[in-house]
Amino acid sequence: MAGSIMKYSYYPGCTLKNKAQDLDKYARSSALALGFELVEIPEWQCCGGVYPLGSDEIATKLSSVRALNYAKEQGQDLITLCSACHHVLKRVNDDMKNVEDIRTRANNYCGFEEAYAGETKVLHFLEVLRDVIGFDELAKKVVNPLEGKKIGAYYGCLTLRPGKILDFDDPENPKIMEDFIRALGAEPVIYSMRNECCGGYTSLKDPEFTKQRTEQIFDDSTGFGADCLITACPLCMFNLNKSDAKTKVPVYYFTELLAEALGVKEGA
Amino acid sequence: MTELEKKIELIKEISGSDPYKCMRCGKCTASCPAYSEMDIKPHQFASYIIRGDLDELVESKAAWKCLGCFACIERCPRDVQPGKLVDATRQIVARQRGGDYLQPEEVPELLTEDLPQQLLVSAFRRYRR
Repeated sequence: MAGSIMKYSYYPGCTLKNKAQDLDKYARSSALALGFELVEIPEWQCCGGVYPLGSDEIATKLSSVRALNYAKEQGQDLITLCSACHHVLKRVNDDMKNVEDIRTRANNYCGFEEAYAGETKVLHFLEVLRDVIGFDELAKKVVNPLEGKKIGAYYGCLTLRPGKILDFDDPENPKIMEDFIRALGAEPVIYSMRNECCGGYTSLKDPEFTKQRTEQIFDDSTGFGADCLITACPLCMFNLNKSDAKTKVPVYYFTELLAEALGVKEGA
Repeated sequence: MTELEKKIELIKEISGSDPYKCMRCGKCTASCPAYSEMDIKPHQFASYIIRGDLDELVESKAAWKCLGCFACIERCPRDVQPGKLVDATRQIVARQRGGDYLQPEEVPELLTEDLPQQLLVSAFRRYRR
């Protein structure tokens, strides 16, 4: 249906413009192949990477509020790819919808023409595949099925928890990435460390600790037969890549395998 | 209200969590990926706050070892959410004397070719405010 391509507001975040360009570019080309377009919002600002847990933290939430409000003005859902951006935007949106004090103070500060009250729907790219496109439809568009590949989905923390707010999947037994892997024609490998933390930001000052974590992740996933892992998080990617584990296997952004399966990897 | 009661109220307000609800079941500590690095374990955070041993909690390694992975927050059966309590404690310190666990001057020598921006912004937000 040329001319009626579905457009979404898109929040790439700082890392996708720099060290995680693969996560971004393969998502954009895959989206077009699937009939939707990621329209980057202008002048977006960094989400800060970490959701400020303090209920009296307002300034640190404003960059998210501005992005959310921009999408509202476009009448579009807001798509994210980076796990951290998704986590922060989704939780700030929940605050704007449900926490009166934060909503009032953020609106007083931002001075939008119309107060923002959490109207925007924040969707992770994977949620668009599952809930808008549908994994059955995705499977039909696969031209280069990843047959024979045994892929471990590495969820990490940020898209899953807290489950009530992220509302992404069952935080203790998720299946969205496994269903995604099946749609690409590969075989998902279920392992227990898939929703455990990689060590996150502590790798900056305490890399030995993150190495212990990532070794456990590789040992566990390959023990169940994984020949590679996929992630949606640039920091998980970095920590996994830094691992010295004997069982280390390649780690890909999920969008890279998606583009490969859809036949749009070259030239992306 | 005593000084201690005021501090506990502030922690309750910032964290949105009530340490008095903790029943010491230990599910948080069992879930915590960083528990082996912590001198005070997540299931003890509430006790330290209630007893008024805030300085000890603040000076502990534990306060800076929380990964922010939300495992304890997801799994706490009493909605005490130790991760939020320790974050609130950390914020009180950072607001009083500035976060000093990470200095900008340290960053250049910590950088590597592939280090993602996400790591730097996250570390600064966690360690400094």
